[in-house]
Amino acid sequence: MDYGIEFRNISKRYGTDPAAPLVVKSVSFGIEAGSLVTILGPSGCGKTTVLRMIAGLESPTDGQIFIGGREVTTLGPAERNVSMMFQSYALFPHMNVVDNVMYGLRVSGVPKAPATARAIEALKNVGLVGYDARMPSELSGGQQQRVALARALILEPKILLFDEPLSNLDARLRREMREEIRSLQQRLGLTVAYVTHDQSEALAVSDTIIVMNDGRIAQRGTPQEMYERPGSEFVAGFMGEAMLFPGVADADGSVRLGPIDFRPRQSVAAGAVKVAVRPEAWQIRRDGGGIVGRLQKRAYLGSYFEYTFATPLGPIFVVSPELARPLDLGAEVGLMLADHGVSVVHADA
Amino acid sequence: MPRHPNRAIVAWLLAGLLAYLLLPWYAIQDSAWYAVLTQIADGPETANGLFQAFAHGRPWLLGGLAGLALATVGLAVPPGRRQGLWLIAGALLGLIALVGGGFAIGARGWSFEVFNAWFGELEAQQFGMGGGAFVAITALTLLLAFGLARCGNFKGDLFVAGAVVGCAALLLLFIAYPVTKALSAAFIDEAGHWGLGALFERIGDARIWNLGCLAGSTQCGVAWNTLFLALACAIGSTVLGTMMALLAERNAGPRLQTPLRLIALLPIITPPFVVGLGLILLFGRAGIVNQFLEYAFDITPTRWFYGFLGTWIAQMFAFTPIAFMIMRGVVQGLAPSLEEAAQILHADRRQTFFTVTLPLMKPGLANAFLVGFIESIADFGNPIVVGGQYSVLSTDIFFAIVGAQFDQGRAAALAWVLTLFALGVFALQRGLLGRQNYTTVSGKGDAGIPMRLPDGVRRTLNGVVYPWLAFTLVVYLFAFIGGFVRTWGRDYTFTLTHFQTAFGLEWSDFGLVWSGTAWNSLFTTLTLSGLSAPLTAAIGLLIAYLIARTDFRGRDGFEFIALLAFAIPGTVLGVSYILAFNVPPAELTGTGLIIVICFLFRNLPVGVQAGTAAFKQLDKSLDEASLMLRASTAQTLQRVVLPLLKPALIAALVYSFARAMTTVSAVIFLVTAENELATTYIIGRIGNGDYGIALAYCTVLILLMSLIIGAIQWLVGERRLGRRKSSAAPLAAGM
Repeated sequence: MDYGIEFRNISKRYGTDPAAPLVVKSVSFGIEAGSLVTILGPSGCGKTTVLRMIAGLESPTDGQIFIGGREVTTLGPAERNVSMMFQSYALFPHMNVVDNVMYGLRVSGVPKAPATARAIEALKNVGLVGYDARMPSELSGGQQQRVALARALILEPKILLFDEPLSNLDARLRREMREEIRSLQQRLGLTVAYVTHDQSEALAVSDTIIVMNDGRIAQRGTPQEMYERPGSEFVAGFMGEAMLFPGVADADGSVRLGPIDFRPRQSVAAGAVKVAVRPEAWQIRRDGGGIVGRLQKRAYLGSYFEYTFATPLGPIFVVSPELARPLDLGAEVGLMLADHGVSVVHADA
Repeated sequence: MPRHPNRAIVAWLLAGLLAYLLLPWYAIQDSAWYAVLTQIADGPETANGLFQAFAHGRPWLLGGLAGLALATVGLAVPPGRRQGLWLIAGALLGLIALVGGGFAIGARGWSFEVFNAWFGELEAQQFGMGGGAFVAITALTLLLAFGLARCGNFKGDLFVAGAVVGCAALLLLFIAYPVTKALSAAFIDEAGHWGLGALFERIGDARIWNLGCLAGSTQCGVAWNTLFLALACAIGSTVLGTMMALLAERNAGPRLQTPLRLIALLPIITPPFVVGLGLILLFGRAGIVNQFLEYAFDITPTRWFYGFLGTWIAQMFAFTPIAFMIMRGVVQGLAPSLEEAAQILHADRRQTFFTVTLPLMKPGLANAFLVGFIESIADFGNPIVVGGQYSVLSTDIFFAIVGAQFDQGRAAALAWVLTLFALGVFALQRGLLGRQNYTTVSGKGDAGIPMRLPDGVRRTLNGVVYPWLAFTLVVYLFAFIGGFVRTWGRDYTFTLTHFQTAFGLEWSDFGLVWSGTAWNSLFTTLTLSGLSAPLTAAIGLLIAYLIARTDFRGRDGFEFIALLAFAIPGTVLGVSYILAFNVPPAELTGTGLIIVICFLFRNLPVGVQAGTAAFKQLDKSLDEASLMLRASTAQTLQRVVLPLLKPALIAALVYSFARAMTTVSAVIFLVTAENELATTYIIGRIGNGDYGIALAYCTVLILLMSLIIGAIQWLVGERRLGRRKSSAAPLAAGM
């Protein structure tokens, strides 16, 4: 397999105390050249550490890192042909836009005139024209983002790393930049590793998603696989706010959840299981049937309603697109499962 | 595009080789090293390393060459662990041969008696190490660092590895080694034998620990004297400094800001004993006060002011501004919203002040107290000027070394006591206060408005601070006037003779003649301070960078040694230097170099602290972004970090320069007739009673220093941060 980035049994602990806990625990994965992989996980799961080890800003305690088939474990960032966008953008505050963008060329010994020309070209590529002499403090968040992107791309790296690049932008700008990053990656054929804690962002841009939890890889797969067939309680809960209910799998492949019997898409061994149901996977039956629920809370969010029902299984959170006939508080309804958005995972110990 | 990864290794291998070929190996006694460059193939004094080894019977020098050769083998393998092992092996071999040989073989054969017994007498001898040896050892040290980096330490960064190992070697050689050597002299008894007994006997001396003064009979021991003075000084300066800070930040209008800032700056640019002199002019035997008492009440003038009282007041003047600067930072850092929260909860202003404001300042108060304590026990200038019969440790150490006694053992024992005091307080400060800090200076603005001081507090502050400021002004004024009158106390006619004697210029047949007696020392001081200030700033900021931005094994120990120099009193450092660098391999006494080195390591903590404080405010991802753009660490420092650190750079430059110009305690042992410094010259004049010349000199020093500090500020310039105009950081980034 032609991996752009490969981790082999990478472990990392901070500090020199051998008793200190491992932040990354024997992680192995490969990222195919030319693909965009997001590393997704809650804060503190080790995802940023993984990214910084790819960059060469941290060195692993144990294991090997390969970039383009070459071992780079002990090499510094400058020797890896890797570039990175920082969460804070990290634009040099004492240099103007062009100086920032051509910095990488200048320190590599490119003379000023050609470096300036290439910097202006790079800025044009990310859609920023006419801001060359501005200082970073005179730019908006989105413009700073573009400058940082142009700066990261000017050395034509094989690999580009993103550390939560969109977290400082407002919602509209976030989608715009997300699409831009994706199209840029495909146009230039870059290998991209992208760290985020926002699962919808991950679903939207990735070829592959790696979900990390507590220093280990919980699961990896395409966005569809991750969303529809989570392999564990953690992944099911993390991808799309699924709620987990205890159920029982029978030998014939059907799963019982309270009064409901259904046949899951993936087969499971008989015994105790967890059923992960996403809030949009509940169907509300006004005439009863399925799980009995009484409406406790209601919120109107414009394009849908959020309901919370009290049921024998505990409170259930439901998203309903049916705007025309909202339920009243206290209404008794039946809850059934739709044929999507429901997955069954083994109960964790 | 990418630079060759072995470039630095090749460069230092070459440097090591050239050191053997082009430079005289040993230090040249009577002329400069460049004067004998043509004689490197000649005699046993001036020959280069190669000739020394082959022609002059010093074959151990070949070990260094063999080490370089072994390291060269590493170039044949690709960068990685195997190359690292070659480099380490070669560097260690070379260093053991050169450094080990340097310590083992001195000016008269073996340096240690044991070796004579083991190997017999040695014919060969060595002088102090010179240019060739220095470059060769530097090269080997850096190759060792590169080897460590190649083995995966320091994240594989050659520059960081070199900086860490290089700085560590400097700290060991110029702080740890001399201090250990000097302190160990206390273990050697009169007969030359080692033993704990000698130390206990000396330290337990009644002259040190006698508590007779409490019973009112005799004098107290010098250790108690030092302790009492330090406590009094620390308490006094903390209280006064806090009062000034509260007044300046919370009460005074903009009118008072400028004079307060000026007062805060004065002790930095004045030699520490100027205040002492000013006080003598006021209260000394021939001082105004005594003269008035004699004139009005017929009281015979005595030396009542000399002793504890005088030293204490002089130190209060000298160190209150430091406490003021610390406390001003603390008061500025108090979040006003906390006081507003207390007032919302129905506390009145007085309650708020005593239950919220003051408790929040506690860590700062403790800090100011400890700094005052350390400054007081390390002070040399004031006790020697106004101390009279009241002896303290720093002056006693001086007299034990230079006086008729010449008792190294006693000096070392006193140094032990002084160092233990200082280290104890230093440990207390780090341990108790290291993590504790209530002041939060975050990037976010605090929307609150600082509370006005309660009326009672304000009246007290006004009643104390303004008279104190006036008093300060009077003392400095007297010190200034003293340079312009014929003889203080007897003849108050205006004269310029003092300036003429010190700074006279004459035209003769040969052109301009610097006929004044002070020119020589002034030029020496300027040259040596000017040499040491940029070095101090550079090494200090580099160490701050390593501490703040890199992570390596032993970083805590590294930081500790770097800041330790702050806790080691100047007198101890000076004694250490003269004891350690008097013999080969590092034979430096009597040269200007040792004074520069002493300035450097004495003032290093100032640079380190200014840098550390600045790095805390600098987003780490900026340097990381630069590294990701394939800048080397050195390029990152030069293009990104340094421009953003300009305020810290100015502070470090100004401080190290000013402190070098005004320091007395450390260098008083190291000066020679050739290398006399301004401060030691002035101390000498005071000793002779020539107050006029001393004061004239002080005035010139203060003016000169103000000019130079202005020039530094102008030269380094402001940092560019776009539209946000950030004023240069306060000079006292932290003492």
